[in-house]
Amino acid sequence: MMLLLSLSILAGIGLLVLYALGGQVQLEGILLFIVLTGIGFAFILWSKYLIPPEIVTEDRGERPSPEEERIAAEQAYVEGESQLTRRSVLVRMMLGAFGALGLAAIFPIRSLGPSPGRSLFQTAWRAGLRAVDESGTPVRASDLAVGGVVTVFPEGHVGSTDSVAIVVRVDPAELRLPDGRDQDAPFGNVCYSKLCTHAGCPVGLYLAQYHQLQCPCHFSAFAVLEGAVPVFGPAARPLPQLPLTVDQEGYLVAKSDFTAPVGPGFWNRGDGP
Amino acid sequence: MIVPRLLDWFDERLGAASFAKKSLRKVFPDHWSFMLGEVAMYSFIILVVTGTFLSFFYVPDVRPVVYHGPYKPLDGQTMSAAYASVLRISFQVRAGLVFRQIHHWAALVMTGAVVFHAIRVFFTGAFRKPREINWVLGVMLLLLTIGIGFAGYSLPDDLLSGTGLRIGYSIALSTPFVGTWLAFLLFGGEYPAPDILNRLFVLHVFILPALIAGVMGAHLAIIWRQKHTNFPARGLTNDQIRGPRLWPRYALASMGLFFVLAGVLALLGGTAQINPIWIYGPYHPITASGASQPDWYMGFTEGAVRLFPGWEIRAFGHEIPEPFFPGALMPGIVFGGMLFWPWIERFFTKDTMQHNLLQHPRDVPWRTAVGAATITFLGVLTIAGASDVLASSVDISVETMTAILRWLAILLPAVALFVTYYLCRELHMNDLHPIKESKVTTVRRSATGGFDTTEKEGGGFESVEERLGL
Repeated sequence: MMLLLSLSILAGIGLLVLYALGGQVQLEGILLFIVLTGIGFAFILWSKYLIPPEIVTEDRGERPSPEEERIAAEQAYVEGESQLTRRSVLVRMMLGAFGALGLAAIFPIRSLGPSPGRSLFQTAWRAGLRAVDESGTPVRASDLAVGGVVTVFPEGHVGSTDSVAIVVRVDPAELRLPDGRDQDAPFGNVCYSKLCTHAGCPVGLYLAQYHQLQCPCHFSAFAVLEGAVPVFGPAARPLPQLPLTVDQEGYLVAKSDFTAPVGPGFWNRGDGP
Repeated sequence: MIVPRLLDWFDERLGAASFAKKSLRKVFPDHWSFMLGEVAMYSFIILVVTGTFLSFFYVPDVRPVVYHGPYKPLDGQTMSAAYASVLRISFQVRAGLVFRQIHHWAALVMTGAVVFHAIRVFFTGAFRKPREINWVLGVMLLLLTIGIGFAGYSLPDDLLSGTGLRIGYSIALSTPFVGTWLAFLLFGGEYPAPDILNRLFVLHVFILPALIAGVMGAHLAIIWRQKHTNFPARGLTNDQIRGPRLWPRYALASMGLFFVLAGVLALLGGTAQINPIWIYGPYHPITASGASQPDWYMGFTEGAVRLFPGWEIRAFGHEIPEPFFPGALMPGIVFGGMLFWPWIERFFTKDTMQHNLLQHPRDVPWRTAVGAATITFLGVLTIAGASDVLASSVDISVETMTAILRWLAILLPAVALFVTYYLCRELHMNDLHPIKESKVTTVRRSATGGFDTTEKEGGGFESVEERLGL
């Protein structure tokens, strides 16, 4: 024990010196370990070997209280209560006042956040807005090779979390988009929301061999050629598509906002566009 | 001596002598498994100390700054002020990194200790009357500990923690009826709203620690009042308590435990790297990385969210999105079942007795089986939380691994239920029961000069039932 405690003292002094010299994380940990466990083991050895190992057995004491005590307690309460209930109107009004106060106290919770309104139903994409990459450079329909992908934003909204989309260039002959979207992927540039419809993680992985977009969080996979319907994992809905066209200078532009609300589902999602 | 004079001083003002006498002479039953709660409490103290130091430097602010500091790989990068402040703690604040790492290790150890403490209390029946209140407070402490851990590791605003928060937002959003409003009020708007770090910070350093300290205080006051349980032992009745006295033996041993725990945490914090946020990089909402695993105690929700199939309920123009079932409903059922367990059990046993003696898990096969099945279920889910890492380490696709784990999550708990039940019944009936103790052999000289040998169960009990007074 003397040895342990001497080690503790030395390591404690060591810590002081170490700190003064600028500190070093591994040595700090080791010295602290020596100081603390030295003290700790000294305590344990002391309690184990230097104190008589007395094990006592004793009564736990009374619980519950004796019957008369309980009756007396109930009596004390009932007596007081009867004095209150004689003024029943006053009691009710007191409860009413507390109720009103409680109700009023709930309302400031409303200040914690804005009304959801339509914010979950729309993004910054508008008809005619160019698709730009992360550096703000507009993307041409011919920029990507078949099998290539690029993350895009609406022009002027680089970094916008709900507008983020991914353009995948595929062979137009292989595309089997849902009805009415045939003209939305010019030269095979098909564009989907990058937010997973499961838990909202960015769907960043394109498996070109299978034409699938995969989410790195829970591994939902979406079939790019068939309108990004989920083919594996916990996602239940396709990635919303961003209908694209090409402007006169050859740049990709949006024809409208996404085909559905982006990201994870919510109770009133059905009210959306 | 100074202490007796101090006692006099207090007694003249508070009349504290009787309380002090009773407390110092208090009997504390001793068993290694009774230390788990202490480990949790001592970890909490270490967390408060290290966390206070960290809070002097942490900045809960998402506003972007450009980093110019000693960590060169991130030099010139744009990041949140929060992330930059954690880099500062790690690389510039002297002793900052060791405090940060001790803090994180202590959090993992505390949640572990709380979980194992709950397991001990469950399997030995320590939650039975009169200790139901403390069971409920304990379940609350478990939830608070998990909550404060999640809030804490979301604070650095690195790529990993941001992804975790995003999933949390999606689960909040998936709540039926109120999800949209709930998510907006909790997060301060559509994800990623700028208020969230500040809110998590207030939760992590004020609201949740205050709640934990309060509930833990009540938990301890009640154990102090009710006195600890004992394992059944020879000559010990339900109305008695057995163990060393608090002063000095138990107090010294307990102090020893505190310092050894603190020492081990310091060693881990100094030498075992944890949550190296400078490797993960700053959070940008439009990126996420693979192999994203939360801290271990959140692993079961992550696993459940990965394994649950893509089922959503859409009817009457409304929708219950998929994350609600594995992310909110499943934990709700597990923790709800835990919270009400004393009453669920009483519904079947009709047992209204006061119990101060613990049970051996084998003596209550059905409870032990339910516990084992639940732990197996949560264990498979926790492993599934790292399904991608697991899949790549055994070189199969994530899809195959997910299919395997889905089956295991259903089958293994069922297997655990039956195996545990029959194993407990077998153990309960055979002779190796710890309560029955060894045989006593009596040798007696007979009148004819030979020896008579008689054998008898120790303590004179013929069966476990008789020993337990059933």
